[in-house]
Amino acid sequence: MTLRPRDMSGHPPAIAPAYRSSRLRGPTQAPIAIPATPTETTGPVFGHGVLGPLDGDLIRNFAAPGQMAIGQRTIVHGRVTDEAGRAVPNTLVEVWQANAGGRYRHAKEGYLAPLDPNFGGCGRVMTDDQGRYRFETVKPGAYPWPNGGNDWRPAHIHFSVFGSGFGQRLITQMYFEGDPLVARCPIAQSIPAGGAERLVAPLDWEETVPMDARAYRFDIILRGPLATPFEATP
Amino acid sequence: MTQRESPSQTAGPYVHIGLMPNHAGLPGLYDGDLGAGPIMAEGQPVTLRGRILDGEGASVTDAVLEVWQADGTGTPGIWARRSTDGPDGDWVLDTVRPGPMRFDGGWMAPHIALWIVARGINLGLQTRIYFPEDDHSADAVLAQVPPGRRRTLMAVPDADGYRFDIHLQGPDETVFLNI
Ligand SMILES: [Fe+3]
Repeated sequence: MTLRPRDMSGHPPAIAPAYRSSRLRGPTQAPIAIPATPTETTGPVFGHGVLGPLDGDLIRNFAAPGQMAIGQRTIVHGRVTDEAGRAVPNTLVEVWQANAGGRYRHAKEGYLAPLDPNFGGCGRVMTDDQGRYRFETVKPGAYPWPNGGNDWRPAHIHFSVFGSGFGQRLITQMYFEGDPLVARCPIAQSIPAGGAERLVAPLDWEETVPMDARAYRFDIILRGPLATPFEATP
Repeated sequence: MTQRESPSQTAGPYVHIGLMPNHAGLPGLYDGDLGAGPIMAEGQPVTLRGRILDGEGASVTDAVLEVWQADGTGTPGIWARRSTDGPDGDWVLDTVRPGPMRFDGGWMAPHIALWIVARGINLGLQTRIYFPEDDHSADAVLAQVPPGRRRTLMAVPDADGYRFDIHLQGPDETVFLNI
C-alpha cells in the first residue's frame, strides 16, 4: 500500500498560538512531501500476545486485588479504519488518561485532586480482524492546566494508534458527547473548521450495559492508500 | 468510499504514562515497556544520541521518539521507543547501521525514520537520519529536500557513534516530512 499525501488541512496547524506550548515547539516550515517508501509503508507488528489479561481494563489493571478504580464506569469502543474505509485489523491501540478527579499519575503532575490508589490511567488493546477495539475505564475528570489563562481540558482519553505502516502513525484524543469544555479548549479548537467535533464520542445507548456502565463509541480513521481500489469491502 | 484521517492532537505532557508506563513510574502494569528492549538485529552496532531543541534552544525533555529502520541487509523491521528525559534531554539508541533499501527501481541511502511527539507538538513529526559518509546521490527522499536543508538530516559523528539533534524551529530547523 502506498500512502496518499497527508491532508494537513484536517489537522491542527503546527503553531496554534492559543495553545501556548506550540509556539516554540511547532515547526515553522511546512513539511516536505516525499513518496511513501518501504520505510513508511511497513511498520512494527505486535501480536495479541503482547497483551496481558487486564490491559484493556483500566478499572482493575492497577487496582489492588479485589479493588476497583473510583469513577463512572465507562466502556469505550469503536473501529479503526483507513481513508478508503477498510478495516485496520490487529493493530495496537494504547490509551492514557487522568483519573475521575482529573489527576494523572505522573511525576510532573501537581493538580490538587487526589490520586486514586487503584487507578493507573494506562491501557492497551488490539483491534480484531474487523478493526474493532474495546476497553473499560472510569470517565476521566476535566482538569485545569497552565496555558496563561483560565484553561480547563475537557474530559478526554489520549489514543496512540499504529496502523500497518509507520507513515500511518497517529496520536489523538477522544472527547465525550455533551462536554461544554470542548468548545472552550485551545487544544481541541486548534483543529480547523470545527474539526474537534470529529473527536467527540457519542454516548452509545445500544452498548450501554444496564446497571453497570455507559458506553461511548469512538471510531478512528488512519491514512489510506494512494489509489482507492474498487474492492473497498470493509 | 473516502473518509478523512482523524484529526491529530498533541500527546501532551503525560504521554509516558501511556507509552512507557514502567519508565513513568507505573510498575507492574505491563511486563516491560514496548520498544525499550535491546535491539538484536543483523548489522554493525552503532550508538546514536541526540536532543530535541525548541525555538529558544531549550531541550525538550518530555518528548517520546520512535524509531523505524532497516537492519544491515536493508530489511525494515527494527522499531524502538525512547524518551528524552535524560539529564540533558538526550535520547540514546544502541542499534545497527541500516543497509541501503530498494525503492522504485533504485536504492535509498541508509536511513533511520523518526517520529516525535510531545506537549506542544500538534501532529507527530516524521523525519529521517542519514549518515554523512554514505552516497546520497540516488536517494528519492533527499532529492525532494532543498540542498541547503539536507544537512539537517545528517547524523554527526562523535566519540562513540553519532549525534542527531533535532531543531523544532530556528535557522537550523530540521526538515520534517509529509509522506
Ligand atoms: Fe491529557
